[in-house]
Amino acid sequence: MIPSLSLEITVLLLGILMLLVESFSRSDDKRGLAKMAIGILSALVGFSFFVDPASGNAFYAVDATAHFFKVLALLTTIVVLIMALEYSSVLAKYLPGVTPGAGLGEFYSLPVFTCAGLMFMASAVDFLLIFVSLELVTISFYILVAYMRRHTASLEAGVKYLILGALSTGFLVYGITWIFGLTGETNLAAIQHALATKAVATTPLLFGLMLLLTGLGFKVAAVPFQLWVPDVYQGAPTPITAFLSVGSKAAGFVVLLRVLQPFLGVPGVGVKVLAVLALMAALTMLYGNLAALPQDNFKRLLAYSSIGHAGYLLVAVASVSDTKATFGSAGVAVGFYLAGYLLMTLLSFLVLIVVARHSRGDDILHFNGLAKRSPFLAFALLTAMLSLAGVPFTAGFIGKFLVFAAAVQAGKFWLVAIGILTVAAGFYYYLRIVAAMYWHEPGDTTPITIAPLTRTAIGALTFAVFVFGIFPQPILRQLKDPAPLPATPVHTAAR
Amino acid sequence: MLSLIIFIPLLAALGILLGAPARKTALGAAAAEFLLTLFTFLSYDKAKAGFQFLSSTPIAPEWNLNYLVGVDGLSVLMLLLTGIVTLAAIWVTPKIEKREPLYYACLLFITAGAAGAFASVDLFFLYAFHELALIPTFLLIGIWGSGERHTAAWKITIYLGLGSFILLIGLLDLYLAVPEALRTFNLIDLQKLATSGAIPAAAQTRPYIFLLIGFGILISLFPFHTWAPAAYASAPTPAAMLHAGVLKKFGLYGLMRVALPLLPEGAKHWANLLLILLVGNIIYVGFATIAQKKLDLLLGYSSVMHMGYIFLGVAAMNTIGLSGAALLMFAHGLSIAALFAMAGMLRENRPQLALDSFGGLAKPMPALAFAFGLAAFASIGLPGFANFASEMTVFFGAYKPAAGLDASHFHLAVIFALWGVVISAVYMLRAYRAIFMGEPSKEAAAWPDPFKALRWPVVLLLAVLLIAGFAPGKFLSLVQPTFDAVLPK
Repeated sequence: MIPSLSLEITVLLLGILMLLVESFSRSDDKRGLAKMAIGILSALVGFSFFVDPASGNAFYAVDATAHFFKVLALLTTIVVLIMALEYSSVLAKYLPGVTPGAGLGEFYSLPVFTCAGLMFMASAVDFLLIFVSLELVTISFYILVAYMRRHTASLEAGVKYLILGALSTGFLVYGITWIFGLTGETNLAAIQHALATKAVATTPLLFGLMLLLTGLGFKVAAVPFQLWVPDVYQGAPTPITAFLSVGSKAAGFVVLLRVLQPFLGVPGVGVKVLAVLALMAALTMLYGNLAALPQDNFKRLLAYSSIGHAGYLLVAVASVSDTKATFGSAGVAVGFYLAGYLLMTLLSFLVLIVVARHSRGDDILHFNGLAKRSPFLAFALLTAMLSLAGVPFTAGFIGKFLVFAAAVQAGKFWLVAIGILTVAAGFYYYLRIVAAMYWHEPGDTTPITIAPLTRTAIGALTFAVFVFGIFPQPILRQLKDPAPLPATPVHTAAR
Repeated sequence: MLSLIIFIPLLAALGILLGAPARKTALGAAAAEFLLTLFTFLSYDKAKAGFQFLSSTPIAPEWNLNYLVGVDGLSVLMLLLTGIVTLAAIWVTPKIEKREPLYYACLLFITAGAAGAFASVDLFFLYAFHELALIPTFLLIGIWGSGERHTAAWKITIYLGLGSFILLIGLLDLYLAVPEALRTFNLIDLQKLATSGAIPAAAQTRPYIFLLIGFGILISLFPFHTWAPAAYASAPTPAAMLHAGVLKKFGLYGLMRVALPLLPEGAKHWANLLLILLVGNIIYVGFATIAQKKLDLLLGYSSVMHMGYIFLGVAAMNTIGLSGAALLMFAHGLSIAALFAMAGMLRENRPQLALDSFGGLAKPMPALAFAFGLAAFASIGLPGFANFASEMTVFFGAYKPAAGLDASHFHLAVIFALWGVVISAVYMLRAYRAIFMGEPSKEAAAWPDPFKALRWPVVLLLAVLLIAGFAPGKFLSLVQPTFDAVLPK
């Protein structure tokens, strides 16, 4: 049994070590560094199963949800590093440097810091820790998004992300101060206790919560806070786009779930917050899925699709109810959906990076005839697209199943009706990729070579999409515990 | 053994994708599939009724979700249909010029999906298996189709995707309509709950309408039918046979297996709506069929139209109507598959299949003319074929519907449906005359008879049709206990 915090500390030390090696090493080829990081992070996934469940404190929860999201963060980072290795040749072109490959070490070490932030966030149950870890994630993303310094699109993306990210941080902090001012607490369990025992004015509380939702809305790319997404996703280096769309989203949702919990039981507040969330969910589903329809660039299409998926996740969050849900709480639906989303999105981006490198472009027409050029890649991308569209026997289907089960159970049929429309739209734009790969003739017939590490990752992700689509049990068992606040007497008193 | 029926085509498809000889493997798998379904059909013990050959594997214990397969009289009949049509469809497949392995793999995936859906006794898998066929259809029509193939492929895929999602919502709503402690996906348990009244009548109307629209889109219920004719016309012959012959029956099967027995009050509540829509299928689509100028579209529309009769049997909610509908599903599956197979043979000469581009083919192709005539007669519903026996049964059933339904509305619907028989005679005979009667053009007189090389698959389909037509009692008595057990007394 090891203390839980040691995982995050190891990740941080790894990041610092990588930076030091980058600074002092004479070698230009830093790929070994990334491979080392992949190895260490993989080992940490294993170690995470042996943490001491009693090693938490008032700031830092050690529970099944935290563990689940930590594993998600680690796995995402591992795949992102594999992508970064695959992408390094593209990256090198846009970096100023005397020798090719110089300056790539930082590109491998910054995702490790992001990972540490994501892991802290999974355990954070105090607004202070939530804020600090969210900033660790966001600030490392500011650098990563603008990393290709000689690429105008990347710089544009960096500026947009920086300005809007900073703005959303402001909203978040302001919201936290309002809630602190009303309850005198930053700890979530203590806030719950305060709300249950003290009379708190609901209007300022709602104001604070709306500010919080605004800040988190930016992070998870929910409408109307989604405007930065398409440009940033398209301009950022592709591995970072993948990291943003998975890591940033997962972080936003785990925080959203934890933060909402103390407020849902408050009369006159919980219902209103859920109504706002439902409205956001509806708009996000509609915007993401309908705007994805006319896209011709695959990366941009994935950006809109990522907005659409945020909408489905919000449906689950908005369907939280006091009665016990049959398939587990909204936390289970969100957790499973995120796990499936991680697999299929990372898979799409991995294939995209390989194909874009060979076809010199990431438009949909660059995927024409992929089934002939590389049946392996085409099948992997087919799997990802089916899962994103929500076809049975894929992880994406089980996610949608859980989300809409929650919505049906909560009686939110207007959300379900919008969901039906957007899922049909999703079928169109995801299958456009399939049509390009299988219907059309390739414009360029050179066979595609894939590095062994990438090939393994693609194979493993494809396999996992199917396995968790048929046997969801392993993930469900991890999620059994529906994100409770730390079991203090405060918590029980609040109920 | 039922798992074998599901997994043989699946494994064969994977084998073909990994490099096994495509046609040989596919044909072997189809033959095995046929023999296994036939064996299941013959060894099903009629005296015991109920579900047999049950086998279960837990998937998610927390949700009470199991991979549970089994067959009763209704599903064993549908499985047999799957086996026969699969064998015929793969057998008639012409030489494929491009990407043969993918082609056969797609066909086998469709078979696996249909077989899985019919053999599942678990709502979740019943739903999931059906969707296995969605993407293969998309690829088959989009890559190897004819005419407006891309439009047709998009239309069918988005329609069916939408339909299945509405269906999923309906199934979830049905699942949640059961009191919390008793919730299950297991159809046998659900049936027991429904029979004992655990699903309150007030909670039945909403899930039923979701299921009706969801299944309805899959069955091409008027006005959700527009995907079907275009898709069948553009699809390569075996795909059209499998889809129109087998897969479309899944929706009807779902209504008979899930919607009707579990939500009888909901069904009664929406019975009049269903009657209006099914008359739309028979009359509106019937007239649309008469107007068709191309054989493939004509067959596509006719298959949509015939769904109306099956809906009529379902709507009646009594054993006679439902048994007739079940037999009609079987008969229609065989006859439409035979017709599409023969239309595919004609496509070799005239890819457009325009009716006025043929004429007098009875002379160069006597065997095809004879077989096509038989299949057309079957499709119209002439005595001697299973279609006649089952349509009659449906009409009898619908004339005196179950208690709680408005008989006068049904009388009207039956009268419309009888006119439908006339309509089908009009378009089928007109098509037959245009293709086979008269003098052949000089070019056509020299065409070889394609039937000789490919006769056995069609003979198989027609033979089963005749057997079931002369001894419908054997088949009806198989499905009757199923409906007797589930219909409210």
